[in-house]
Amino acid sequence: MNHRRLRIGVLYSRLRVEEKWIFAALEQRGVDYERLDDRFVHFDLDNPGPWLQYDAILERSISYARGLYALRVLNAWGIPTVNTAAVAEVCGDKLATSAALTRAGIPQPRTVVAFTAEAALEAIEQLGYPVVLKPVVGSWGRLLSKINDRDAAEAILEHKEVLGSYQHQIFYIQEYIEKPGRDIRAFVLGDRTVAAIYRKSEHWITNTARGGQGEVCPITSELEELCGRAAAAVGGGVLAIDILEHPERGLLVNEINHTMEFHTTVPTTGVDIPGMIVDYVLAVARQRVGVLA
Amino acid sequence: MMSTHCPECEALIEVNEEVQLGEILVCPDCGVDLEVTSLEPFTLELAPMEAEDWGE
Repeated sequence: MNHRRLRIGVLYSRLRVEEKWIFAALEQRGVDYERLDDRFVHFDLDNPGPWLQYDAILERSISYARGLYALRVLNAWGIPTVNTAAVAEVCGDKLATSAALTRAGIPQPRTVVAFTAEAALEAIEQLGYPVVLKPVVGSWGRLLSKINDRDAAEAILEHKEVLGSYQHQIFYIQEYIEKPGRDIRAFVLGDRTVAAIYRKSEHWITNTARGGQGEVCPITSELEELCGRAAAAVGGGVLAIDILEHPERGLLVNEINHTMEFHTTVPTTGVDIPGMIVDYVLAVARQRVGVLA
Repeated sequence: MMSTHCPECEALIEVNEEVQLGEILVCPDCGVDLEVTSLEPFTLELAPMEAEDWGE
């Protein structure tokens, strides 16, 4: 038996309200933890020593690339992380998420991928307007385009081809869902759906980072079942699942976030998400929850 | 209370003792994002600009 006191590392970039709440929850529980600012850390692949002091690391980087690469190294050394590199890899890339959902047979918006503007235009015409074009890596509703006609499609595709990095030439195209002025964000920890909110907005982009307002969403058995399946499809852990309500097809999984924000959900629902995240990380550290295959 | 000046517009910025290292403040005068980079002495620097892979 290992009676050593647990030590937790929290990798982060910015002290958002979420990180403040997580640190407060760690302190309330008397946990021995360290704040690891991702701007100042380095990883010597042959020398894991300084990192082996941590029983688990919670990854809260605001930068997808930093978080993902840190997790890859930590997991290669056998250090348990929340979430794992494999989960971050799938959730941080919209196409990887869509592919995982497809593999698991989970309902999602119709999605088409093309690699040139010409092929993308043909795919858009076949799908029918309006469509939504999204960067495969990106968040907070940034650079989403709702395309209503061919003129707009040609203009956006040309701009992406000329101005964007290579990643913007992976054209990720989705049908536009006529949702009821809101979407659903549900929080899953392990196999439990612990909270859900509607994100309401007059705008078709409902991200709270873009002004969407939160309202309590009841966790129905249908929602819980879908969230459980969606979380399992991407590898499980601490996840926020974005769901659209299609007027005929019902609930569709749109995105899954692996370093989610919850500054709207906590005051809206009263659910102690930061406390639950800390408890989950502690369970991982005690190896009561296995995260590394 | 602790105070310093905005590195962008030199406005006086005052905070209470609960401010934490790494916290982001918004300058009330010019609106720029500032990061608390030291508590003793209380120091603010321009916060990093949002990058394309930032998010949740």
